[in-house]
Amino acid sequence: MSVKPAASLRSRHLLGIDPLSPEEIQLILDTAEHMREIAKRPIKKVPALRGKTVVNLFLEPSTRTRFSFEVAEKRLSADTLNFSASGSSVEKGETLLDTARNLEAMEPDFIVIRHPNPGAPHMLAKVLKSSVINAGDGTHEHPTQALLDALTIRLRRGTLEGQVVAIVGDLQHSRVVRSNVLLLSRMGAKVRVAGPPSLIPVGMEKLGCEVYHRMEDAIAGADVVMMLRIQLERQERMNFPTVREYFDLFALTPERLKLAKKDCLVMHPGPMNRGVEIDSRVADGPQSVILEQVTNGVAVRMAVLYLLAGGSGEPIAD
Amino acid sequence: MKRVLVLDARELARVLERMAAEILEKIPEEQRLYFVGIQTRGVPLAKRLAQLLAKRTGSAPPVGALDITLYRDDVGPWRPAHQQPLLRATDLPEPVDGRVVCLVDDVLYTGRTVRAALDTLMDYGRPRAIRLAVLVDRGHRELPIAADVVGRVVPSSRKEDVQVRLTETDGEEGVWIVKEERA
Repeated sequence: MSVKPAASLRSRHLLGIDPLSPEEIQLILDTAEHMREIAKRPIKKVPALRGKTVVNLFLEPSTRTRFSFEVAEKRLSADTLNFSASGSSVEKGETLLDTARNLEAMEPDFIVIRHPNPGAPHMLAKVLKSSVINAGDGTHEHPTQALLDALTIRLRRGTLEGQVVAIVGDLQHSRVVRSNVLLLSRMGAKVRVAGPPSLIPVGMEKLGCEVYHRMEDAIAGADVVMMLRIQLERQERMNFPTVREYFDLFALTPERLKLAKKDCLVMHPGPMNRGVEIDSRVADGPQSVILEQVTNGVAVRMAVLYLLAGGSGEPIAD
Repeated sequence: MKRVLVLDARELARVLERMAAEILEKIPEEQRLYFVGIQTRGVPLAKRLAQLLAKRTGSAPPVGALDITLYRDDVGPWRPAHQQPLLRATDLPEPVDGRVVCLVDDVLYTGRTVRAALDTLMDYGRPRAIRLAVLVDRGHRELPIAADVVGRVVPSSRKEDVQVRLTETDGEEGVWIVKEERA
């Protein structure tokens, strides 16, 4: 199954992986692969989004994703406006919709939103004229993260099809796992997930993955091991006794990594809790592609912005 | 649709031979020469010209591929909604600084692609000079751009399409004029 890329995206928003067809995913990944080259040029900037304005509406802490979007926007020559909750009218009690409507009155072309509530980007997409890009909505989806993970695997392995990808950690609170399982299974990879029973949501397997309770079973013979961050800030109650115990049962250590394929890739969406879900020797080891993920993140976000940035005019001759 | 043959495979090969000779004549600094093909069909044409030149001079100039999509003037608000042109690879194996770059494309029409190519190239460095070689010049320029080496001038109407098909990209070889037939 070599998926032919779509000619274009059907929606003007990127709200999640779920609404994307395999052909659309392929188009984004192919475009992103070519975007990578721009970072190697003496002038790392192209004029494709000149005159476009992007509002980065980050209502939840983020370093990597926010920086990555901003770099992507700047490399495409877009104008960027950064908005964060602290020090803004949100602290004064303004609702999301009012904030967004006010921002839209300044006529941006894109709104990139990170929000603690699932579905926040979807609500904005319904009422705003701008293109909305989901940069993480609560525990729901994080589509650009899944796309950059897929690009990283594809660049290293040549294909996603048939790859055995084990995702280990806090499955309950992770939007990364949801988007990744949807994307990878749609593109023909075999996805396994593992975590403590208290952190596995009911019906997880319906997303298109096999659920394991022992980490060792999940990573045996895997092509890729993706570790998830233990999200202490999203845990209303402690779902495992101690960090020490979590490390003993679910951390990726050099010993456990030996169970996977010899050239298995080690991935982590960041930020890492060293000594909780991942051993430093693995995180900094030769199989780690964690920093490549960051580089590919910029390329993927450039691809998404570019592909969503069509206008409304008639086509003209070359 | 009516398809009228302008150049068959043999004629196309002969035209390329002549273009290679003309390039050598017009760019005497052959040691600085650097072929850069514009995606898509400019790339195989650039490779063929480089090979033809190698036959004459004994050394093959480097060949690069340039994708101009992100520099097009119809990317953005002038496009129909969300129909963006596909990106292709840019691969310049050597720096362009100080080189005489010979841009290669299949068809020269409005000149807008060449304008975008010039801007793209300038972001990679400072070539000593840039020349333009095209297989077909079909007229109807919208910008003040001219080619240094032209394989064949093909007068055409704006309603027609000039099709260059190459074995490497299309599985057939030749140049055609395609007319939309009125019902």
